[in-house]
Amino acid sequence: MSLVQAEKLTKSYQAGEIVVNAIRGVDFTIEPSSFVCFVGPSGSGKSTLLNMIGCLDHPSGGKLSVLDTDVGSLDRHAAAQFRGKYIGFVFQDFNLLPVLTAYENVEYPLVMVQRWEPAERRKRVMAMLDAVGVADQAGKYPGQLSGGQKQRIAVARALVASSKLVLADEPTANLDHDTAIRIIELMKSMRSEFGTTFVFSTHDPKIMAEAETTFALEDGKLSRNGR
Amino acid sequence: MGNILKIASRNLMRYRRRTLLTSALVVLGIVAVMVFVAVAGSFKAMMVGQITDSMLGHLQVHRRGYVASLDSLPLNLNMPAGMADKVSGVLGSTPEVAAWTSRVKFGAGFSNFAETTNIRVVGIEPERELAVTPLSAGRVRGGREGGAFLQKGEILVPELLARGMKVKVGDTVVLIATNKDGSVNGKTLTVRGELASVTGPGGRDGYIHIEDARELLRMTTPEVSEIAVRLKDPEAAERVVTALEPALGASKSKDVQAKKAGGGSGLGIEVHSWQRLTPFSNIANMIDMMTLFIKIMLVSIVLISVMNVMVMAVYERIREIGTISAIGTPPRRVLSLFLAEGLILGLVGAVLGTGLSLLTIYGLNAAKLTFNFGQQQGLVLTPSIGAQDVIVIAGIVVLVAVLASLQPAWKASRMDPVQALRHV
Repeated sequence: MSLVQAEKLTKSYQAGEIVVNAIRGVDFTIEPSSFVCFVGPSGSGKSTLLNMIGCLDHPSGGKLSVLDTDVGSLDRHAAAQFRGKYIGFVFQDFNLLPVLTAYENVEYPLVMVQRWEPAERRKRVMAMLDAVGVADQAGKYPGQLSGGQKQRIAVARALVASSKLVLADEPTANLDHDTAIRIIELMKSMRSEFGTTFVFSTHDPKIMAEAETTFALEDGKLSRNGR
Repeated sequence: MGNILKIASRNLMRYRRRTLLTSALVVLGIVAVMVFVAVAGSFKAMMVGQITDSMLGHLQVHRRGYVASLDSLPLNLNMPAGMADKVSGVLGSTPEVAAWTSRVKFGAGFSNFAETTNIRVVGIEPERELAVTPLSAGRVRGGREGGAFLQKGEILVPELLARGMKVKVGDTVVLIATNKDGSVNGKTLTVRGELASVTGPGGRDGYIHIEDARELLRMTTPEVSEIAVRLKDPEAAERVVTALEPALGASKSKDVQAKKAGGGSGLGIEVHSWQRLTPFSNIANMIDMMTLFIKIMLVSIVLISVMNVMVMAVYERIREIGTISAIGTPPRRVLSLFLAEGLILGLVGAVLGTGLSLLTIYGLNAAKLTFNFGQQQGLVLTPSIGAQDVIVIAGIVVLVAVLASLQPAWKASRMDPVQALRHV
């Protein structure tokens, strides 16, 4: 059974007086525990597609099912609940909360989204920080960390609540090449360790080479469907 | 809740200067209100105390129509003995009443054997009068030290009249009065002392013993012009009036015409609180009104300053709001995060403001500031604020701070995560 299934998926939105067709009837499937990459130039629709898979945005047409749930039918609250339970996010700018330490950032989904017991929570957060290799930075605030360390913490935050799917929109765009490769390798090893599906977008050819499945987007259409 | 407060307080500390300025504004607002309430309350209590405790009492009971004709001191509207006894019986069984006293009021001629003038005279029961108006004793100037306030055969002459007529303590004077039947009578009295004027109606009347008054007016039965009442709690005056009216078979003054037209019923009594008897109650009302306006200003200060901070906080943290929404934070928890910031601002302001206010009030008491009211000089200001006022003011501040955060917090919780994440 596929983890994500899209059929004739479309997304259009109003930009001033013109209607922009960001996604124009795409079909694809993503299998569980896969390591998938969406590639394409800026404006090709990568972020829009990831937003729809992540229940942040509603499709305009077609069908999009994630974990057997028609995500297009979820209202605001149900979508938030669904994201909190099944989906983790890694952002291009890391998006760690500056007032929380690395430990507290990773802990955040277990406190504010799910309700874990303190002892269990502590164990889980330390395990995740250890898994991404920044356990020694637990007490530091984001402002005291390097880009690579921040993104590792972001990966730990995305995985800490046992997410089934992690969506990463250009996760390496703000990192130097070596750090970018290490983050992709980290995500891959996390996939192997926790069985989580990783879907990310990039336009860096070296990064996309690390993906097991690649979908190429151009003008809202899939020009190369899987690999 | 603990985590929400932790994140909220850290977010407030991110913008330390702004938070400090807003808190300072809230603190200053609270100090201004609490100190004003304490000082104005003290001034009001002292002013009311001077009026009620020097002459007026907290309540007065009259025969119906007496107050409307007060300027002419109508003897035909005195309460007959039976009516006064019934009133005394009701007052005696009213738990809020601390003391009461009967008075006979009339106009008379005042002669020092060389010249004659007019005087308004109050016949009083000296011991009971002091129980109702304890500051009366302090109004007596000159005369013997200690002893009874006033004895039979003595008169306390209003100080201005004493000066004008050049009478001194120990002098003999004559009062000449006409009773309600038109019969004229005179009585020789010894000047016990001068009676200092007080602000308000009846503040320049002379005092004689009630038995001398009845003798002068040739009363065959002990009539009473008014009964002045002292309450255990002066604030309860209006409430006690409302409770006494049906018990005394009394009618409110506005009903008098209707009662007259319909024949009326009951004892034919009127009960008035001090507020209805003296125009100075308007000053008390003005103080209350000013206090209300100051409170409204405080609410505005807190509302605008906290709302300003929270609007800025939401605007500056749009991407963060997008992030926490994206990772599944329920909208109501996003709302709580921002409401908690308002709550903390309000709580910190309320605690610091209350502390600073109490210190200021303590300092004002220690400074022993004085002021003059009417003829009274050097009254010491003793500002104080009740626990209830402190709780209400602090509570209003906290509540308004939370309410001021509501709109920005609501906006944050309704934010579209995609738009928020794109925000630069």
